[in-house]
Amino acid sequence: MNSGTPSSSAGAPGSAESAAPRRNSKRPKYSRFTQQELPACKPILTPKWVISAFLLVSVVFIPIGVVSLFASRDVVEIIDRYETECIPLDSRNNKTGFMWSNADKTCNRIITVTKHMKQPIYVYYQLDNFYQNHRRYVKSRSDQQLRNPGNERDISTCSPEDTTPEGLPIVPCGLIAWSMFNDTYSLSRNNQQLGINKRGISWQSDRDRKFGKGVFPKNFQNGTAPGGAKLNESIPLSEQEDLIVWMRTAALPTFRKLYGKIEVDLQAGDVINVTLQNNYNTYNFNGKKKLVLSTTSWLGGKNDFMGIAYLTVGGLCFCLAMGFMLIYLIKPRQLGDPSYLSWNRNPGGH
Amino acid sequence: MTGRRKKEIRFSRLYSFSCFRSSSRDEHSQIGQKGYSRVVYCNDPDSAEQIALRYRRNYVSTTKYNALNFFPKSLFEQFRRVANIYFLVVACVSFSPLAPYSASSILGPLFLVIGATMAKEALEDWRRMKQDVEANNRKVKVYDRNHKFQDTRWKKLRVGDLVKVHKDEYFPADLLLLSSSYDDGICYVETTNLDGETNLKVKHALDFTSSLHEDNSFQQFKAVIKCEDPNDDLYTFVGTLYYDGQQYPISLQQLLLRDSKLRNTEHVYGVVVFTGHETKVMQNATDPPSKRSKIERKMDKIIYILFSVLISVSFIGSFFFGINTEKDIDRDRNVKRWYLRPDRTTVFYDPDRSALAALFHFLTGLLLYGYLIPISLYVSIELVKVLQSVFINQDPDMYYEETDRPAHARTSNLNEELGQVDTILSDKTGTLTCNSMDFVKCSVAGVAYGRGMTEVERALAKRKGDVVAHDDGNTSADLQGKSIKGFNFNDDRIMNGQWVNEPNADTIQNFFRVLALCHTAIPEVNQETGEIAYEAESPDEAAFVIAARELGFEFFKRTQTSISLHEIDHTSGRKIDRSFTLLHVLEFSSARKRMSVIVENDENQLLLLCKGADSVMFERLSNDAQDFEAITMDHIKRYSEAGLRTLVVAYRGISKEEFRSWEEEFMKAQTSVSADRDALVEAAADKIEKDLILLGATAVEDKLQKGVPECINKLENAGIKIWVITGDKMETAINIGYACSLLRDDMKKIVITLDSPEINDLEKRGEKKAVAKASSASIANQIREGKLQLSSCEGNSISFGLIIDGKSLSYALSKNQEDSFLDLAINCASVICCRSTPKQKALVTRLVKKGRGRTTLAIGDGANDVGMLQEADIGVGISGVEGMQAAMSSDFSIAQFRFLERLLLVHGHWCYRRISMMICYFFYKNIAFGFTLFWFEAHASFSGQPAYNDWYMSFYNVFFTSLPVIALGVFDQDVSARFCLKYPMLYQEGVQDVLFSWPRIIGWMLNGVISSMIIFFFTTNSVLHQSFRKDGQVVDFEVLGVMMYTCIIWTVNCQMAVSINYFTWIQHFFIWGSIAFWYAFLVIYGAISPTTSTTAYQVLVEACAPSPFYWLGTLVVVLSSLLPYFLYRAFQTEFNPMIHDVIQRRRLSSSELETSRDLSKKTGYSVIIFKI
Repeated sequence: MNSGTPSSSAGAPGSAESAAPRRNSKRPKYSRFTQQELPACKPILTPKWVISAFLLVSVVFIPIGVVSLFASRDVVEIIDRYETECIPLDSRNNKTGFMWSNADKTCNRIITVTKHMKQPIYVYYQLDNFYQNHRRYVKSRSDQQLRNPGNERDISTCSPEDTTPEGLPIVPCGLIAWSMFNDTYSLSRNNQQLGINKRGISWQSDRDRKFGKGVFPKNFQNGTAPGGAKLNESIPLSEQEDLIVWMRTAALPTFRKLYGKIEVDLQAGDVINVTLQNNYNTYNFNGKKKLVLSTTSWLGGKNDFMGIAYLTVGGLCFCLAMGFMLIYLIKPRQLGDPSYLSWNRNPGGH
Repeated sequence: MTGRRKKEIRFSRLYSFSCFRSSSRDEHSQIGQKGYSRVVYCNDPDSAEQIALRYRRNYVSTTKYNALNFFPKSLFEQFRRVANIYFLVVACVSFSPLAPYSASSILGPLFLVIGATMAKEALEDWRRMKQDVEANNRKVKVYDRNHKFQDTRWKKLRVGDLVKVHKDEYFPADLLLLSSSYDDGICYVETTNLDGETNLKVKHALDFTSSLHEDNSFQQFKAVIKCEDPNDDLYTFVGTLYYDGQQYPISLQQLLLRDSKLRNTEHVYGVVVFTGHETKVMQNATDPPSKRSKIERKMDKIIYILFSVLISVSFIGSFFFGINTEKDIDRDRNVKRWYLRPDRTTVFYDPDRSALAALFHFLTGLLLYGYLIPISLYVSIELVKVLQSVFINQDPDMYYEETDRPAHARTSNLNEELGQVDTILSDKTGTLTCNSMDFVKCSVAGVAYGRGMTEVERALAKRKGDVVAHDDGNTSADLQGKSIKGFNFNDDRIMNGQWVNEPNADTIQNFFRVLALCHTAIPEVNQETGEIAYEAESPDEAAFVIAARELGFEFFKRTQTSISLHEIDHTSGRKIDRSFTLLHVLEFSSARKRMSVIVENDENQLLLLCKGADSVMFERLSNDAQDFEAITMDHIKRYSEAGLRTLVVAYRGISKEEFRSWEEEFMKAQTSVSADRDALVEAAADKIEKDLILLGATAVEDKLQKGVPECINKLENAGIKIWVITGDKMETAINIGYACSLLRDDMKKIVITLDSPEINDLEKRGEKKAVAKASSASIANQIREGKLQLSSCEGNSISFGLIIDGKSLSYALSKNQEDSFLDLAINCASVICCRSTPKQKALVTRLVKKGRGRTTLAIGDGANDVGMLQEADIGVGISGVEGMQAAMSSDFSIAQFRFLERLLLVHGHWCYRRISMMICYFFYKNIAFGFTLFWFEAHASFSGQPAYNDWYMSFYNVFFTSLPVIALGVFDQDVSARFCLKYPMLYQEGVQDVLFSWPRIIGWMLNGVISSMIIFFFTTNSVLHQSFRKDGQVVDFEVLGVMMYTCIIWTVNCQMAVSINYFTWIQHFFIWGSIAFWYAFLVIYGAISPTTSTTAYQVLVEACAPSPFYWLGTLVVVLSSLLPYFLYRAFQTEFNPMIHDVIQRRRLSSSELETSRDLSKKTGYSVIIFKI
């Protein structure tokens, strides 16, 4: 074709056919990307690799397990279940009736401290079989209304606790606020009042952004059906920390919520008198009520599960590593045994 | 030149008798009736009548959509998929209070997914539109009112316009040929774009119009055409031209079709008859049948399974929800869960109508657990497949330099199917062979010439154990300095003019004259070099003309009536020009198997020159037998054994009287209007093609393509069965089979044929019924015997090759025998079907596809393979010599057979692996996620409350988990290309479908369920109710959601990391990037105003991040949920490794060996490398 041009036919003799650059216009450009030859790490599950992976996991997990188990064991936790005890003996057949009556609901409980508890000691109430995660319940609130005093009529999601029978909007509206927990505890040691600090028990961001400083409770608990706690209408929502804590719905039907903090140490053997108002009705749905005093560690409260999980997984991996090692030592298979590669399934072929 | 032509008699109508074919009168009588109503006012497109007819302009649009209908139409296309309909319904229901999450969070991803697919559609359509614009704006010369030819855009062309088309231009519309630069009004067209045939076709103008030669001769030209309505039949056209009160019938011979090209003609004038979409080629444009891969069909089943899981899970949920709701008010009207106010409630939670509430809740459940169905699966798979096709298209290892063609995946639907091919059905000519014929041998007057050795001969010799000098065949070419395409002949006795010294010089001269004259090729003289190239109908024919040229009979000019040669006078040795008057051409057809020309030489002798297949030629030889007839027959037999295509060459002299009387008779036959006209014409032709004098035989080699035997060997090692279906003779086919290592010496051959004396006898007697019966019985018998042979050798390592010819095949494919035939065939290592028709090719393909239920791949290059390609699961077209038609109707096109190896073993295997892993993983991740929702709901009294924020959920499929899975689908590879090719048995993973088997799919699903259980129960049990931070805060709904969701994101992404085999920066980037993106998303989303971010407000920054518990919890949960799969894989690779595991190990150990070898080289030690 253009064999006369010196540039194209200067070099190798074989280039005469393929020289013309125009003809190669459709030639795909070579690149390591399109040829799928990028530098790559290709992990293979060799016995060595498997054993070392298992060993690594066990080496990391077992210490973590031990440490977290210790952390959990360090925590001192006192639980006092009181929902039955706090009903007078004669009313125990009709707990609901008692709760509806105007009888005095004061109840005294005695808690003995078993171990030294370092401050701060957190006071929780624990409810059981209470579905704060029920869809109807979770949705029954108005974030707009809680945040902004101008949005008090933003109550479309709050039904049936949206307005009073007269049609006035309830602030805070919705089932969550309406059903707020209203047992109260007062603790004393050796006839000396133990102060429970209720400041700072809610999330900072809730106080600052979710609950407005200018939003005051209005028409709350004025409806036909009495719910839970009543709110002081002169305190803005952002300072009603009990409400804020309650409004953070729990994930599971058994939950604890912070009631307050005791900022003194409790000694082992201390006897604490608890005077509580057993106002909250859990009897209709057979819920338990518990008062919990607990210290915390760096890992939080008392729960061995994490430590046990770490130890179990770590231990399991260790056993597996040992098992694989045994197999590897007893019956070492040649790497890439070629006998696996022969093709024998072809009938008659070889 | 023009001047001389004018004097020549118009023999063009005699040029071939094909010109009479399509104009039978009964069709012409239909003009004006239904189906034949088109009226064209030639050269008068502005006339009121023409405008009133409102024919469309020449504007074409091949786009699927336009600006107006794009949205409705593409949306409709989208929602034809079941899964998408489900999501649409979900999106609609999400506006009702039934929805467990906000409407926008479900609409967002749906819009994104639909939008992405629509964007892809739009892009494809835009490309088509660009092509259309290019075509619509091409220029053509149109006769305007000022009687000048002006450049006009194609799209402006109207019916009735007069156009002038120049050489090598495409016709802008279907034109009626009026005249050409040739006096007799013929022109040559190339129809490659239409039917893939590369040979030139001749078109003839009507006699009375062919005189309009000048631009200005059209001033007064006004005519009316009435013709058939637009239709898609490329091979018929009927019409009548009304001019000056006369009627002239017009036919396909006058019709120039759009998209064909004017060749060898300076210019033509024509009238536009059909425009735009009414042209035949546009009417023909149909979409190829869409094929779906097996995996995709299986995937649909999985989707159905998931739908039933979804329904049952929702049902369980709503059942318990109903019970729980019912209990909220007991029989004494006591309210149980008073905090839910069951006494003042809506229908959705009403204890008094708990059944109805449960029913509504069922709908809620369908919405909530919709995450079990991966919304982005379809769009991801489509995207992945497109990218995979890019890799196939961009592979330089499948690029063929000679024709400048890379491999091309014409559809991306079938990529993974390439990895599952069980049987390959291959054409022979042009597929296994080059289809560039080389003239290698000839036998003239009983003397065999040609010393070259064919590849088949070499293979034969090798089989016999002879040592073959490798460069045997190449030396001849080397000696000549450069090889000539189509000519690989070497014999000193007759080359370089030496033939004059041979004893039979006269016969040799006649022999090569026949080769130089008896053909329909057209010479093309290169103006600069004077070299002559030929445009021939078939490569065989070109090889003959080239051979004649090389031996001194150079054909250099063809007019309508004459053929001229440069010839070396064998007495004087000078070069002289010799011209032959061409009187008649009796064309080649597959029924006649021969072609003849009748010429008149300088000495006014009439000669009939004939070449044809031996089966028809020998019976036409004159009775006074030539003494070398037997020797020639023997030569032919030897040639065909050597894998060569043979033709017999003969001639005879005719007296003028005989010719005249025959011509008369022949013309009568041609012009007769009756159903059996073709038979009459053939009989008439028969009358002159008799008493021939044998000259000799030619042998043409169709060389095997480079690398074919190696490729076939590789494919067989990969466990792929290869069937060759060819139109060739049995001997040729068998020998090619040996040459390309399909058949081996150690194989037993089972031959099924009907070539037995009894059946031949019956055939001669013409008893059709008896023949059919006997044949059928004989085939049944032969199949039975074959099976017996097979079963008797069971256990021995003898493999069988089955060879069957076309006639037998037609019986073997009949309903009652096809099962037993298939049974026999699949137990043979290779199968060769010879002498088969295109239809049989398709039938065999269907038989294999249906009968075996396995994936079939058909590969072919010619128009006759189209049926086979479309019938097979995958059609691979070879874009080769026989035009592009096969390639156009294929799913993949490659330039050479050997690229099939890489296409299947590398790309096929990878794509199969990637897609199947990807789908499995997709289901895994969605099940893992969906079931955590269920476990949580079970702890929320089945109320339908999702555990997570709405937007976490809706981003799950779109952002947090989609990119790694796409990276898996595009880039993952178990072993590198080199190892795929080195260990072809790896391919069996796809054939046996081990990576997408039901146990594996179910296993992945179970893994998903287990992961979800581990995530949910570990998380909830570890946080139970104690505080999770030093400051005494407890885990609430928001924090638990984030903790679980974090674990899910980590788990599914790490699961990906554990299960892929190939980490480049891309995988690292996507996997770790997705996890990082989750945290980034939490920070950003959590910083937005709490009315928008609701439960996500500051949740990571304030609540989770400062808690060591959160991070430690993530670690243990993620590792625990990865453990089951890791353990499974560790055991599997150790005790029951899959093929790729073994190869990976080998790669590792061989690289260790290689490094040790490198070391030993340096240190001087020698290590024996263990090789497979």
